[in-house]
Amino acid sequence: MSRHVLSLLVEDKPGLLTRVAGLFARRGFNIESLAVGISEIEGLSRITVVVGVEGAPLEQVTKQLNKLINVIKVVELEPEQAVQRDHMLIKVKTDATTRGQVLEAVTLFRARVIDVVSDALIIEVTGDTAKCAAFIKVLEPFGIKELVQSGVLAMGRGSKSITEKVLK
Amino acid sequence: MTTEILTGAQAIIRSLEMLGIEHIFGLPGGAILPTYDPLMDSKKIRHILVRHEQGAGHAAEGYASASGKLGVCIATSGPGATNLVTAIADAHMDSVPLLAITGQVGSTLIGTDAFQEADIVGITMPITKHSFLVTKPEDIPEVLASAVLIATTGRPGPVLVDITKDAQNKKAPFIWPPKVDLPGYKPVTKPHGKQIQAAAQLIVDSKKPVLYVGGGIIRSGAHKELLQLAELIGAPVVTTLMARGAFPDSHHQNLGMPGMHGTVPAVTALQKSDLLITLGARFDDRVTGDVKSFAVGAKVIHVDVDPAEIGKIRFADVPIVGDAREVITELNAELKTVIASKKPDIAEWWQFIDGLVERYPLGYTHVEDGKLSPQHVIERIGALSGPEAIYAAGVGQHQMWSAQFIKYERPNSWLNSGGAGTMGYSVPAAMGAKVAQPDRLVWAIDGDGCFQMTNQELATCTINNIPIKVAIINNSSLGMVRQWQTLFYNERYSNTDLHTGTDALMVPDFVKLADAYGCLGIRVEKEDDIDAAIKLAIETNDRPVVIDFIVSRDAMVWPMVSAGVSNDEVKYARDAAPVWDGEE
Repeated sequence: MSRHVLSLLVEDKPGLLTRVAGLFARRGFNIESLAVGISEIEGLSRITVVVGVEGAPLEQVTKQLNKLINVIKVVELEPEQAVQRDHMLIKVKTDATTRGQVLEAVTLFRARVIDVVSDALIIEVTGDTAKCAAFIKVLEPFGIKELVQSGVLAMGRGSKSITEKVLK
Repeated sequence: MTTEILTGAQAIIRSLEMLGIEHIFGLPGGAILPTYDPLMDSKKIRHILVRHEQGAGHAAEGYASASGKLGVCIATSGPGATNLVTAIADAHMDSVPLLAITGQVGSTLIGTDAFQEADIVGITMPITKHSFLVTKPEDIPEVLASAVLIATTGRPGPVLVDITKDAQNKKAPFIWPPKVDLPGYKPVTKPHGKQIQAAAQLIVDSKKPVLYVGGGIIRSGAHKELLQLAELIGAPVVTTLMARGAFPDSHHQNLGMPGMHGTVPAVTALQKSDLLITLGARFDDRVTGDVKSFAVGAKVIHVDVDPAEIGKIRFADVPIVGDAREVITELNAELKTVIASKKPDIAEWWQFIDGLVERYPLGYTHVEDGKLSPQHVIERIGALSGPEAIYAAGVGQHQMWSAQFIKYERPNSWLNSGGAGTMGYSVPAAMGAKVAQPDRLVWAIDGDGCFQMTNQELATCTINNIPIKVAIINNSSLGMVRQWQTLFYNERYSNTDLHTGTDALMVPDFVKLADAYGCLGIRVEKEDDIDAAIKLAIETNDRPVVIDFIVSRDAMVWPMVSAGVSNDEVKYARDAAPVWDGEE
């Protein structure tokens, strides 16, 4: 199983997400993560999807995605030519004795505390998938009460934009 | 440019008129009622009222497949719309240009489980090329123009437009032509020059080329260009189930149909080839058999207008994305210059193939139970009706025999449900074909099983003066399933007996049924009566004709490659595999 990050430029139309998600299910491709939001152009959205594929059929995924009328562009973002970020909120159990250690981990990982109560902290962390996984591992012994995560966000390095050339 | 204020319903009819639509098959209901009102006044559009929405869908498909034009069907919300689903799925599999318009409950009722509400856009998402939900009257012209553009260009397919009842009732300025803005839809039709050169080079270097011709040739209207190409190369041609008629059967280079029930020469030519010149075909499992052992020694040139078909099943050494007609035109020009200095050396290849053609012609043995041989009946229909006729088949044994034993000389003469395998396609498709091409003789060649799924459209045919001919190849059973039970399930005939034969309960009696629908009904039980019945059917044009041919249920479709098995295992008849000579 190989992991690929695809970035989609799409028209912001009703049912668009169903079309994209349905295509993955129908053609037997596995979505590992999905992030949807606005783009810099009104009426267009960006979808970042991480897909796990066996062997060589990634080409089938991109070709099938391109056939969707509301999909304007599909690019694969290679790890070395793109920045990728996960975003997580983690609620960790703390008490007077453990709080210091947790805060130390927060500093080390350049995470942030965004809510504090006497027996828990909510921590916000951003980074690539490996960093976030490592951070979770460090926090686990203290007791993770709740965890939410966004899909991976990715963008090609350099000054070019995937919306260039597409819309004249 | 004209601007006037119209209701959404009026805008629908006006837009369809402006888009050149002349025929619509449909059935009204609550949520589409507003649109049926201005439809009544249209001088340009003839609406044909069907008896079941599935019939409207297949009729629109038959209309499109016989003429190359867009087929249009219309239904109300909920069950009206879901009854279209099978036909939409069918059109999706066979790349038929189809516009399906459905009424939807009012926009404020959507999502409330309102009466006759169904999320038809959601239901049909996987089986349409695209779909639209319209909730505002001002969007109607643009959406319909976009829908027609999408359905008819690139790889054709079905497009659904679901329009809420309030969008039909409200008024808006009607602006024509609308601005069609589809930034994500740019089908590539013109091929890449370098790929054309690479293809030409592979062709002249090949020793065992085969033109593997699919339905794309017919959809693109590339049959003339194909004939030139085939004669330039001199290679054998195989025409898939969807491509029967794309290349004349009378042409000596045509080996017939490949695949599960293909001819031995066609199956073997693909299998032993060193170059598959694939034109608008998609390596369907019914053609390739076991893919891993399919044509292992062949390089592949793959021409398709849909980039996703290229490399989906089989790696393409030379992929060419483009419209078949444009690609073949350019390839012919390139080949003419390349062939001038080097012609492909295929004499030995033809020697091998000619041997196969001689030893394994398409044929059948007459049955011995006193009933008619179905292959013979179908052969006679083809012979007496000629190549200009249209033949629409259902699905099963009779479909395969119709593909095998009728000689096709032109495109748009053979209509069938190839990809989806939809029983019940035949009668409504023939009806649609006759509406599109009223001057041509149109046959529905149907099975007794298929016929019982959609024969209600005979009422539509009789009342609207659409004189189709129906030949029921009545073996009193679900014949193809029965054949598999004979071959693979120890002759245990679980639920395949339909009791329609003359020695059975005869429920229903098809001649009486024909009579009840106002058709001429004829029963044929003796071989000597076959021709006379067919001739009478051809001469009768004041009403539809139904001929009930009582055929043997023991007849089987041969040759056959069993499902999932290698094409090397093709059986010429039961327990009779071709014998390969020394050069194998």
